[in-house]
Amino acid sequence: MDYVLIIVIEMLRAISWLVLLASGLAIIFGMMRVINFAHGEFLMLGGYITIMSHNAGVNLWIAMLVLAPLCVGIFGILVERFIIRFLYGRILDSLLATWGLSLLMVGGVTLVFGNTVQGVSTPLGGVSIGAYQVPFYNFVLIGFAAVLMLAIWSVLKFTKAGLIARATMQNPDMAETLGIRTSWVYMATFGIGSAVTGLAGGLLAPLTGVVPSMGVNFVGQSFITVITGGASMIAGTLSASTLLGTISQGMTFLTGPVYGDAALLLTALVLLRVLPQGITGRIFKKSL
Amino acid sequence: MSLLEVKGLKAAYGLVPALHQVDFNVQPGEVVGILGHNGMGKTTLLRAIMGFVKVTGGEITFEGDNLKGLAVNARARKGLGLVPQGRMIFPTLSVRENLESGIATSREPSEPIVEEILELFPRLTRLLDRAGGALSGGEQQLLALARCLCRRPKLMLLDEPTEGIQPSIIDEISDTLKTLTAKQDITIVLVEQNLDFITGLSDRVYAISNGVLDRQIPREQLTDSKAVSEFMGFAA
Repeated sequence: MDYVLIIVIEMLRAISWLVLLASGLAIIFGMMRVINFAHGEFLMLGGYITIMSHNAGVNLWIAMLVLAPLCVGIFGILVERFIIRFLYGRILDSLLATWGLSLLMVGGVTLVFGNTVQGVSTPLGGVSIGAYQVPFYNFVLIGFAAVLMLAIWSVLKFTKAGLIARATMQNPDMAETLGIRTSWVYMATFGIGSAVTGLAGGLLAPLTGVVPSMGVNFVGQSFITVITGGASMIAGTLSASTLLGTISQGMTFLTGPVYGDAALLLTALVLLRVLPQGITGRIFKKSL
Repeated sequence: MSLLEVKGLKAAYGLVPALHQVDFNVQPGEVVGILGHNGMGKTTLLRAIMGFVKVTGGEITFEGDNLKGLAVNARARKGLGLVPQGRMIFPTLSVRENLESGIATSREPSEPIVEEILELFPRLTRLLDRAGGALSGGEQQLLALARCLCRRPKLMLLDEPTEGIQPSIIDEISDTLKTLTAKQDITIVLVEQNLDFITGLSDRVYAISNGVLDRQIPREQLTDSKAVSEFMGFAA
């Protein structure tokens, strides 16, 4: 029974991991159709801000939950103003530009901090479940992923800002005729997507540590989750994370982590063959 | 002072000219119709006024202010409203959300404004929770009009509101616009091919041909759609 509970907790942690990794990308790609190839480096930046500010004496929770999203959000706004806004509607160009940005960020961070892994210890200790010990931080990750999804859904569904964002996403020309400054909406969306990515980087930093090239490890999982999820930002991220996280973690328990990652990729491949528009291209079509 | 004044307007799509030397004005409370065949520049004229099409010459003034250089959203905030050809309803937003999107940039609470507008469009009241994309073409046209009116525009630009719409809803649109204009609440520039609709609503009608607004149809002829048809050279 304890082992089953551990498996369930680990599956939930794997789902939360994917939700956190993919949410910022889902906001930016889902709403703006911009492929941010520097997404992994935005995560890396959130991680570095968390660890560096904690090492400088800032409380870890403030570093993770306030400083990382704030700084990466501001960085995202600058990137949108100086690079992305000239490339709207040019998917390939924006992909190349953000790829270049990712290389620049990796080089810049390596120059400043060196190519060594830095980290902080995982806070909050562990919880005993029968004979097993589970880091309490896993529950924090699960909680934050749930709160993040709920917060994004609530903002989009119940606020004027969310309505403006959804209208702009569906028809920017029409939104303009209703007095909406769509360029501001895009800037804010990119900033918020970046902030969410920074938050994810901050939350994951105690588990993974940080190194300049760490983004490469995460960008694949993030893109697979977003593409598999399809057009609906929240329903897509949630459904893809749940499916991929469950299968990947289940396979990890049965065989090992290598087969777990392979199962994730194989599931994504099969899904995209069967559902080329992603999960929400066929089901949950009208969801957010 | 005219609400809208268009002087010597020229517009082009890239190197291809679409409007040549268009001159007309609109007084507050007026309904001005612009009649013309497909491809004559009707939609381009409205899109140029709204700021979507590049103006290559002449000027557009609204309440005495030159609109040159103003973005579409800034023109909307000055009081211009557009009901575009094809409706452009937000398909996955509900009818209520579509209406609220019209006033999303306002600090006013949306509920009273939406309720007020719905009194003019009772057909939409029972559809409030339905997705905009699930409505019929006629219902979408009513929604597009209602959404525009939620902004309380000083000047509404209507682009072929009867295109592809069932006759009963055309009558409903016509009645609603007559109610609105009777209250002198709004000024309208209407482009159309539907002679009965345009002559039934307009105080003045211009004919547009090959990007030139070249003739104003005499007022005494407006009530006789056959005469207008002959004037325009439409087939009887």
